[in-house]
Amino acid sequence: MVQISMTVDGVSHTDDVEPRLLLVHYLRDQLGRTGTPVGCDTSNCGTCTVLLDGSSVKSCTVFAVQADGGSVTTIQGLALDGSWHPVQKAFHECHALQCGYCTPGMVMASVDLLSRNPDPTDAEIREGLEGNLCRCTGYQNIVTAVRSAGASLREQAGTEVG
Amino acid sequence: MTDTMARPERVVGAAKLRKEDAHLVTGATTWTDNITLPGMLYLSIVRSPLAHARITGVDVGPALASPGVVAAFSGRDLADKLGSMPCVWPVTDDIVMPPHPPLAVDEVRYVGDAVAVVVAESRYQAADAAEAVVVEYDPLPAVVDIEEALTDGAPLVHQESGTNKCYVWPLESGDYEATKAKADVVVARRYYQQRLIPNAMEPRSVVAASAAGTGELTLWSSTQIPHIVRLLLALVTGISENKIRVVAPDVGGGFGSKLQFYPEEVIAAVVAREIGRPVKWTESRSENYLATHQGRGQVQDMEIAATRDGKILGLKVDLLADMGAYLMIITPGTPLLGAFMYNGIYKMDAYKFTCTGVFTNLTPTDAYRGAGRPEATYAIERIVDDLAAELGMEPMELRRRNWIEHHEFPFDSIAGLTYDSGNYEAATDRAMELFGYAALRAEQAERRDRNDPVQLGIGISTYTEMCGLAPSRILSALKYVAGGWEHASVRVLPTGKVEVVTGTSPHGQGHATAWSQIAADALGVPFEDIEVIHGDTARAPYGMDTYGSRSLVIGGMAVHQAAERVVTKAKAIAAHLMEIDPGDLDFEGGAFRVKGSPGTQKTVQEVAFEAFSAHNLPDGMEPTLHADSTIDPQTFSFPHGTHLCAAEVDTETGAVRIRSYVCVDDVGSVVNPVIVEGQIHGGVTQGIAQALYEEAVYDSDGNLTSGTMVDYLVPAAPDLPHFVTDRTETPATSNPLGVKGVGETGTIAATPAVVNAVVDALRHLGVDDIRMPCSPERVWRAIQAGGAR
Repeated sequence: MVQISMTVDGVSHTDDVEPRLLLVHYLRDQLGRTGTPVGCDTSNCGTCTVLLDGSSVKSCTVFAVQADGGSVTTIQGLALDGSWHPVQKAFHECHALQCGYCTPGMVMASVDLLSRNPDPTDAEIREGLEGNLCRCTGYQNIVTAVRSAGASLREQAGTEVG
Repeated sequence: MTDTMARPERVVGAAKLRKEDAHLVTGATTWTDNITLPGMLYLSIVRSPLAHARITGVDVGPALASPGVVAAFSGRDLADKLGSMPCVWPVTDDIVMPPHPPLAVDEVRYVGDAVAVVVAESRYQAADAAEAVVVEYDPLPAVVDIEEALTDGAPLVHQESGTNKCYVWPLESGDYEATKAKADVVVARRYYQQRLIPNAMEPRSVVAASAAGTGELTLWSSTQIPHIVRLLLALVTGISENKIRVVAPDVGGGFGSKLQFYPEEVIAAVVAREIGRPVKWTESRSENYLATHQGRGQVQDMEIAATRDGKILGLKVDLLADMGAYLMIITPGTPLLGAFMYNGIYKMDAYKFTCTGVFTNLTPTDAYRGAGRPEATYAIERIVDDLAAELGMEPMELRRRNWIEHHEFPFDSIAGLTYDSGNYEAATDRAMELFGYAALRAEQAERRDRNDPVQLGIGISTYTEMCGLAPSRILSALKYVAGGWEHASVRVLPTGKVEVVTGTSPHGQGHATAWSQIAADALGVPFEDIEVIHGDTARAPYGMDTYGSRSLVIGGMAVHQAAERVVTKAKAIAAHLMEIDPGDLDFEGGAFRVKGSPGTQKTVQEVAFEAFSAHNLPDGMEPTLHADSTIDPQTFSFPHGTHLCAAEVDTETGAVRIRSYVCVDDVGSVVNPVIVEGQIHGGVTQGIAQALYEEAVYDSDGNLTSGTMVDYLVPAAPDLPHFVTDRTETPATSNPLGVKGVGETGTIAATPAVVNAVVDALRHLGVDDIRMPCSPERVWRAIQAGGAR
């Protein structure tokens, strides 16, 4: 067992874990942060995507010990003061989810995408989300949602700067 | 001045945002794998690595010695308690229905067949221990090809049956051979429906807990069919049905793969009772690929007979359908859902259909989005294109000459169904306009003329389908053992809030939103005041669940009818309170008003409190304001539409790019256009996926070589085009809401549109078919073979 410490959605945790424990299982089984689901075992589907120190990672592809000392943001930590993140809002408003299983990963990957490219084209959104699979929506409304969220975020940033 | 109170707007037909989303976008979900119960243990299943073998020994001893392990069982250990998995659709009197133990005892019959189960304190410990179980096998020859399986001397999947033939199911309408004799042209084709893996994003998961004192068993399962699971669990295990509660919490997609009663549900229930602690089992994705049922898996021999001027006279279909190793709940019936659809939207004089079900040493097949109807639609829409090519006729023109015209509805199809409504002309005209059909044909001609390395193809799919499964009497005629009704209860609570209890079991479809819209209009209460309860046999006790695009046309109708019954009762109470005859009351916007004196009113919420207090009800009136409805549909629902695909095919590399995709669907009246459009996007995507990307590939020994998401191409966002969608609205005449099913239409329509486009791009090069999926290699090889002719 190895002792690790990390911040998850703003809360500090210190735990003893097996070196082989995947970050996603640490989040789900040990911390009870079940908002981040698991969809595959080959790092293809992206449902388990979280932000680790601000960048998106597939938490099934990271050992918990690798995240030692880091800061993790999951879908459950994205809303601030009860107010949804613009990407969450856009997914709802654009009907970018049906069963919702891919949504946590899709939202977190979109947050990361927009942080790197605030005004992506549709093709850039599609390429940027290539590592996240959705079986319900055919992606069209997801693309619309990300575009819409990008506009909201740019507007927000403009307001803050202005 | 209550009269000035705002009346709720009608919400049926409005693009209401979904009630379901709030918890899904914030991660406050209740997926089965999220459930943790005190003392809960984890199961891991040991699976066969061989497609066919005799089990000569199972030693769970090493697993028991593994850290954290509480118990381990072989199939033999639990054989008396597990029973045999049921098939509820014995399609013929002489169908071969072999036993199907949830844990194999003597023989394994496909790679992934379960042979033992270990129970441990943690997920990882259970997985470790499963590796430690020693199973000795004596390999047997396996058969993986359905044609080979029918040959003399082929290995038998079930030795005791003496045959790999499961059943032969015929249907004939008109005299096909006599009709064919009159034809100028007969086109015969063989099409292949590859096996597909449904790939619901949420893997299957089961939690079982048995209450020590009462013996009550609660099973949480990622299922589309909690009510059916409860019944079958009782029948298989002998646990009293009234001691079983099945809950389908948040369910992350199904597409038919969770329209199933699985061995793991039985194993979890029995193990939880055996050891007296709750247990959880969650499959990995790779395990899902082996042990969750697959779809399609058919060989279609088609023959179409026509006159030289393009009148279709008759159609013959000989189908071989791959059952896999065992019959799951509706394995044999799934291909037969296509039997009534091969004739599509076309008029003809004769139709002959035969389906032969065949056992193989592969994962069982069963329903996957569309279930039988995508296969039928693919075959008819492909062969109509081939017939057009044979006749030298424009493929849309050939369709127009043969489809049922709008004025001919209701129409009795050659396969024996009555299509209640449709307007193929309108949907097609609109689709061609959005597509720019003529311009694309012109560009196609130019590219051909200049021998462009990138050729353009136009694919058409003018489809209909039968959904809304199903009228119970028709199911009986087809030898399905259960009915096809659906139930709803509508309760107006003393505070005026409303509970809608539905027997449907949504897993992404948005029933909470759509049922709220239906009830809000019928009751005249705010959309926001309605709570929809589903997916729990304790809270929604009656239901037949969600599959076959049935939920709206049956379950939604039940909500509508129950709400109307509530209004009828409320009107009687309101009339009593207002001391007036019920016939003198109008009901609008949630309020009863005296005709000609609109200032006086009682709202449905006020009546609900009166019904609760029961202080002043009409003589003999029972207290409370609620009503039930159980709807058994009289017929199927027949959505239709026209899908057009323009595909660019690189003749040098075989790469296919969908340049544009237009679909105009007619799903009747629409409750929520946003949800409908989403269903079509997702459905079309799965249809495109079959055409271009997906295939469960097995080697000759029965090993799944596309066994992970690395090897099986579930399309991602860059693999798909932007869809252009529109609708025509021809209301169904078979239900008062005028609605038709929509969940499967896209998948049914899209596959032939895409393959027709690819073939159309290359037909002048001698290509008349490409086996799906039309991968670059297959397309390239077809071009080479065509050019060589």
